[in-house]
Amino acid sequence: MQKSVLQDTVFHEREDSIITKGKQKKQLTCDTASVAGCVSQRACVYCGARVVLNPVTDAIHLVHGPIGCASYTWDIRGSLSSGSELYRNSFSTDLKEKDVIFGGEKKLARAIDELVAEYPTKVVFVYATCIVGVIGDDLEAVCKAASAKHQIEVIPVQSSGFAGNKAAGYRAACDALLRLIKPSQKKNKPKASTVNYLGDFNLAGEVWIIKDYLKQIGIELNVAFTGDSHYEALKNATTASLNIIQCAGSMIYLAQRMEELYAIPYMNISFLGLEDTAASLRRIVDSFGDPEMKLCLEELLVRETSKVKPTLDWYRERLQGKKAAIYVGGGFKAISLIKQFREIGIDVVMIGTQTGRQEEYQTINELVDEGTVILDDANPSELEKFMVEKGAHLLVGGVKERPLAYKLGIAFIDHNHDRKHPLSGFVGAVNLAKEVATTLCSPVWQYV
Amino acid sequence: MSRKATNFRDVNENPCNMCMPMGGILALKGLENSMVILHGSQGCATYMRRHIAEHFNEPIDVASSSLNEKGTVYGGEKNLKQGLDNMIKAYRPGVIGILTTCLADTIGEDIDRISQDYLVERGYTDLPVVTVNSPGYGGTHAEGYWLTLRRIVEKLARKTEPHTGINIFVPNISPADIREIKRWLELMQVSYTLLPDFSDTLDRPYQRPYRKMPEGGTPLADIAAMGGAAATLQLGVTLEDSMSPGRFLETEFGVPLYNLPLPMGVTNTDLFFNQLTEITGKKLPAELQQERGRLLDCMIDSHKYNGAGRSVIFGEPENIYAVTRTCLENGIYPVVIATGSKNPQLVTLLEDLLTHSPVRCTVLTEADFATIRVLSRGKANLAIGSSDGRYLSEREDIPLVRYGFPIHDRTGGQRLLSVGYRGTTYFLDQLTNTLLENKHKHYRKSIYQAFYLGINKTLDSAESGGEQHVL
Repeated sequence: MQKSVLQDTVFHEREDSIITKGKQKKQLTCDTASVAGCVSQRACVYCGARVVLNPVTDAIHLVHGPIGCASYTWDIRGSLSSGSELYRNSFSTDLKEKDVIFGGEKKLARAIDELVAEYPTKVVFVYATCIVGVIGDDLEAVCKAASAKHQIEVIPVQSSGFAGNKAAGYRAACDALLRLIKPSQKKNKPKASTVNYLGDFNLAGEVWIIKDYLKQIGIELNVAFTGDSHYEALKNATTASLNIIQCAGSMIYLAQRMEELYAIPYMNISFLGLEDTAASLRRIVDSFGDPEMKLCLEELLVRETSKVKPTLDWYRERLQGKKAAIYVGGGFKAISLIKQFREIGIDVVMIGTQTGRQEEYQTINELVDEGTVILDDANPSELEKFMVEKGAHLLVGGVKERPLAYKLGIAFIDHNHDRKHPLSGFVGAVNLAKEVATTLCSPVWQYV
Repeated sequence: MSRKATNFRDVNENPCNMCMPMGGILALKGLENSMVILHGSQGCATYMRRHIAEHFNEPIDVASSSLNEKGTVYGGEKNLKQGLDNMIKAYRPGVIGILTTCLADTIGEDIDRISQDYLVERGYTDLPVVTVNSPGYGGTHAEGYWLTLRRIVEKLARKTEPHTGINIFVPNISPADIREIKRWLELMQVSYTLLPDFSDTLDRPYQRPYRKMPEGGTPLADIAAMGGAAATLQLGVTLEDSMSPGRFLETEFGVPLYNLPLPMGVTNTDLFFNQLTEITGKKLPAELQQERGRLLDCMIDSHKYNGAGRSVIFGEPENIYAVTRTCLENGIYPVVIATGSKNPQLVTLLEDLLTHSPVRCTVLTEADFATIRVLSRGKANLAIGSSDGRYLSEREDIPLVRYGFPIHDRTGGQRLLSVGYRGTTYFLDQLTNTLLENKHKHYRKSIYQAFYLGINKTLDSAESGGEQHVL
């Protein structure tokens, strides 16, 4: 059996990145460079860094490079803010040919001066793009000088596009955040029962939803990384007693470093779907060992579950037996979606991610049924092939995947960063079910 | 008109343009059976695919040589060749476009030499490859688009027997616009080669089974025959010769070049048909004459509403020149005209057009949206351009009529019809109705405030543009 699947894949360089559960014993290869010419759905290091840092609302996000990188990332994501809107601007040094020849350092320094004068802020993130290193600009030195001059933090983000894959960009962003949260001389006093919430970008207010659950059970959300975060709050990040991580792919490194440096323990959680939301809240509460909290939580779970359960049951009756394909950015999302689909009676027949990690793929492999295709860093050819072969009725993905699904006559769920409805927590579970029903049960499919 | 040629700042704040390879991809998507590979890091291809896919609602497959650190230091030849291998295997293209990015150009990759070697090594002697040096810092997507068209023609056009067909080069317009131009030519029974023709490739009908390589696009054989055409109609009055495919055909093969503006508005559309009838000796069909009459009727019906319009127009040079003319014909006098391109020809042309405009207008080249915003504040009540203009609506309360590329926050960008008498009628209705909607939204309150309460005697900001009569 092993042979047939392998021979069937489109690109031989990618054979180790695709497995069928139950057919192969081998481990999936992931976190490698994309193979040239395969039309990978991944973006670059800069993209990874920008996704993670951009939700910091009161920062100046300055892209050092030619215009494209800033143009394609201007206000394209649905991260919401309760305060500053500065992050919704895309600033670029707009390097031109002569800057490439003579270097862009002076222009960058002047750009920072100009921006800081126009938009008083306490932190500037300066993103490196592909050519910054190649033309020899010393980002670190320019940022250091600007920081001293303006008495604010000017933090370089080492996100040259070619220097690894999107996951390397997550790491670059985490490094920038580590510089930002480093406490000054006086040590931050730790606060009891407070958590930092890592890996939620407040798409459609999802951080606010979770903050409210935590508040109801007596836990204070110190700061989220990085949804609706701002300078002052990030500066106090090291006072939290626990780090909870949702999008582990982007944030596990930050959590590990914070444990080393500031002795803040961390745990992976997920607020996607009823099962994971309840389990995550229970694990958080357990770690605090407070019986009162536990009581509050169980009340909350009963209250919230009873609100949404009948609705979800109603959807499950209608959706039972449908087959879903999943292709998303990170592993945590993929894992939660398998469970979440199970809650509404849907089986996952194909699942993959752009930047999933080995342990996440192991979990995925344990969760899915025999015969499910698991693939890392897929491309349109593979997505098409396996969706058709497996008879998927529905694809979960982002903007690039959507038209492919539609052309194949397959329903689609937007699980991307520019969506405008929350998919987290109890309310999110209902939203997902509703979206699934809206797309799967639409009358348009009768005509095609 | 006041010129504000260059943005003298060291920061671009909210870009009004994209980069060169973006335009190159769009141009190459209009070639039959084509695939594009970007030589650079993986992100460029993905970002551009996302941007294009969201506008057209079509799967957009663009390969990348996925340059990594090793390739950047020691050269990306191996990556590019591997990329070509995989792309050819998966897509079996009939023609390949190779576009460079910032990275590939900066490290000095010679894509001509690499691709020539590749074809010899693999024995693909019949596979045409179009190479374009399109670093992101070399110009905007508009220059990338035209330069790629020129490179396509340089590569594929041949000296052939003279024939009666004409060549048409179109700027970055919608698939619906391209279909419209083809309709006229078919109505007039003119034999033509239109490049780039992405009317089907970027706006496919739903059909099964799905094909990775869309049908449609300009056939390569037709491009080869461009050298023998009777004339070239190039909708590119703002073009430099170095980026002009029509100029190449003229100097290389002696095909007479007629540079015309994009046919939007009565004047531009008349120019187009006059030229076409003169070249071909055919008459304007009755059907099109009727459409012209209906446009005039629409212009008269709406002229008083339009008279209250003050527009801010932004986008690619060819498109904004045509939109400006359409606005001027209808009294929607522009107050700001802006492009991300550096284009002196455009400024000169606009200067001519705006001579008789009663309203002061600022023309911005190499513009960003922060500058456009400041100059439009309190002066414009209608924005016309891509969906990036939502920034002007959100911050300055200027309603936006979406036109051009990209349109990301509404559906149907690929189906917008704006060329010719019929397209202009649709376009103008949108402008007028947007002005009317805004009027109806505000007039009760503003009149109540001005005359009943006696406060705020100047009309509110959403109306103020219409009150300006600087003559």
